[in-house]
Amino acid sequence: MADLLRRVAERADTTAFRELYQTYGPRVKAYMMRRGADAGTAEDLAHETLFTVWRRAALYRAEKGSAASWIFAIARNLRIDRLRREVPWQQLPQELLEEASGDALPDAALAEKERHARINAALSGLPPEQHEVVVLSYLEGLSHGEIAQRLGLPLGTVKSRIRMAYQKVRAALEDLR
Amino acid sequence: MSITHHLDDATLMSFAAGALPAALSAVAAAHVAMCARCRSEVVALECVGAALLSALTDAHMERTEPETPSAADQPSAQQRREAAAAPIESPTPLARLLPGGLDAVRWRRLGFGIWHRRLAIEGSGALGLLRVAAGRMVPEHGHGGAELTLVLRGSFHDTTGRYRTGDVADLDATVEHEPVADRGPDCICLVASETPARFRGLIARLMQPWHGL
Repeated sequence: MADLLRRVAERADTTAFRELYQTYGPRVKAYMMRRGADAGTAEDLAHETLFTVWRRAALYRAEKGSAASWIFAIARNLRIDRLRREVPWQQLPQELLEEASGDALPDAALAEKERHARINAALSGLPPEQHEVVVLSYLEGLSHGEIAQRLGLPLGTVKSRIRMAYQKVRAALEDLR
Repeated sequence: MSITHHLDDATLMSFAAGALPAALSAVAAAHVAMCARCRSEVVALECVGAALLSALTDAHMERTEPETPSAADQPSAQQRREAAAAPIESPTPLARLLPGGLDAVRWRRLGFGIWHRRLAIEGSGALGLLRVAAGRMVPEHGHGGAELTLVLRGSFHDTTGRYRTGDVADLDATVEHEPVADRGPDCICLVASETPARFRGLIARLMQPWHGL
């Protein structure tokens, strides 16, 4: 993915963009629908996400996070902006603030793969009740209070489950950072 | 800037997930912009989002082929240089909230060395600035729901420690703490509460003799 993004950034490579679009478009659309967007709106937002990727690709920096997490951040901010009708206060991804490095770090792609493998392993190793609160946060976009309400749990329980899940993810990434 | 009080892990994860109520998210974003440690945590937590996004079952796309984008839409060399030259704190979420900076704020005096300014926000929760004179107590701004307090100028202390510029108090509603502004310039904080703030705590406290003076 980092490689596709680099081709988009360095050479305005439309073939690489098409591949990114076909990989991420359907997922971003699904992500938008999880927050309640109808199919048409979700598809429009998926388009907008990918075209934002095109416009900003040159400002992406591999060492600031993986290509996939950068795309996630763009989709997330757009979703907050459009679907919650709230001002996107989220910190913009780092690419807006710092210059893109000319060359990706030689091991950036490897590190990205490794990081994703570790996170996937950590996520799938979570106890179901911790996995559930992570999914409700990231995919449904529910606040702690909304999760507590949805699951009929005390707020403190929701927060401690999220903290425990976070600690496991953090431990899985410890030596990569 | 040496920051010692950070966002709670649960708050950080919800922030990275895009699930924090708008007012709290504004304060979290302002802290993250000031705090290298929390920035790097957010980067890691965005990877969790990426993993979950990548694992979603693809939705069917009506338009399977994108229009061919134009190279002209990508940033010019000039724009890239400008982006690189901009200091990391600018444009911050804070600059968007306070276009004139802290000195241009039109305060509403609440009395007893306390001023307030509500900041308009779309979405849930209440956001505002509090200015507290030295020795005065920083009022509670929520009642029951989550609240975040980020120090922008000056400092305050309570039983959990001293909070200086960049520090954020992300305390459980059950924690009993009575923050008092330190000597020096008035302490100015960006505060958010999940529930609309009506300063009940403040009014109640104004009726009582001051502690901690």
